[in-house]
Amino acid sequence: MHLLTAAVAVLIGLLVLAGYFVPALVGIQNLLLGWAMILAGAAALFGVFNLISVHGEKILRREKGTLYSALLIVALFATFVFALFLGPDHSAIQLLVNGIILPAEAALMAILTVTLLYAAMRLLRRRVDLMNIVFLATALLILVGSATLLPFGEIPLFGNLLRPWVNEVLSMGGARGILIGVALGTLTTGLRVLFAIDRPYGGK
Amino acid sequence: MIELIVIAASASLLLLLTFLRRKTPPKLRPIPALTRLYRAIGLSVEDGTRLHASLGRGNLLSARNGATLAALSMLRYLAERTSVSDKPPVATSGDPILSLLAQDTLKAGYQASGAEDLYQPTTGRLSGLSPFSYAAGAMTVVRDEHVSANVLMGNFGAEAALLVESAERVNVPTLGGSDDMAAQAILFAGAQEPLIGEELFAASAYLDAGPAHTASLTVQDALRWVLILVLLAGAALKVLGVF
Repeated sequence: MHLLTAAVAVLIGLLVLAGYFVPALVGIQNLLLGWAMILAGAAALFGVFNLISVHGEKILRREKGTLYSALLIVALFATFVFALFLGPDHSAIQLLVNGIILPAEAALMAILTVTLLYAAMRLLRRRVDLMNIVFLATALLILVGSATLLPFGEIPLFGNLLRPWVNEVLSMGGARGILIGVALGTLTTGLRVLFAIDRPYGGK
Repeated sequence: MIELIVIAASASLLLLLTFLRRKTPPKLRPIPALTRLYRAIGLSVEDGTRLHASLGRGNLLSARNGATLAALSMLRYLAERTSVSDKPPVATSGDPILSLLAQDTLKAGYQASGAEDLYQPTTGRLSGLSPFSYAAGAMTVVRDEHVSANVLMGNFGAEAALLVESAERVNVPTLGGSDDMAAQAILFAGAQEPLIGEELFAASAYLDAGPAHTASLTVQDALRWVLILVLLAGAALKVLGVF
């Protein structure tokens, strides 16, 4: 069974890859990608079941945070039922999204700003080495370079010279180097999956 | 055409190096994050705590799924090594397909270590569908479930900072790597042991995942040298005014 799974995965992977180079296979490639999209939709449903089972188990075992798990399940079912009957474009559902979900995510984003600042401050306490000093100095330089000195506009030297140079030369060069490394890693990882050496779809 | 040549050459080299196993063990430079991961795995089994692997929210249907696949490879290794622990490892993710694959990978890891009966499907979890709901869901695992190490590997965005911070609050060390530039900067600042750039993809070779993983590391190095030479040649030709 595992061999069959691997054979099907490898065959489909090769067909999709070949679709990028052989125009005659574009139709098959699109068909397979279409199937993948449908499966992804079904996977979302399984994901929600997984969420319910994880939090349901927490409630049954009376683990820490049971109240939050119960709240999650009640909110999930309430939203699902409302959206099912009223439709996703109904004003009540839009209110739910704009009044609860978006502000909650925006609040987390706001916490993120403080978290990042705190992490940067903690960095030197944890590891004092050249790289960390360069990292923090660069962050500080970019911050100063992005700030304005009212009413004169951007800070001379930092705003018009150092920040653009760091951003467009040093930072861009470093980022491209890292991204080339990531691209090479992605290529070899993809090849391992294509040859069924790595099997994220299971099997020994 | 160039893409096809690169893929074909990489594939041939990967297969060749995999089958021609090295007689001597590869000399790999030490990566502190992976050395610490070894220790964390041992600690988890010995003192009955669990590892939390957060696989990010990478969509496997997108072009940037390499980090996600590398994370699954790492999860497989973690599952094999810690399946007999009192507290099994927990994998959280922010993508439904990824959560299904995480469950399958965990199960395969348990099967490989002969502990299939101990596998619990709820250890592979979808913690949320949006970046921040995913982070919020994964934060509770770190805080409430006796976690001894937090392993963040895969495709994250800025929400990685929340995960790192929640681990820091309960004194749980975080090891992390991502293919996203913002997340890499965050992990560099926040994680005890960050993996930079392609180190994320090298992890499986360091963790003894097999000859194919060592071979793929060699292929990456070979391609990197080719790219360096091409870039230098291009720069030289530009200086000489050829194009």
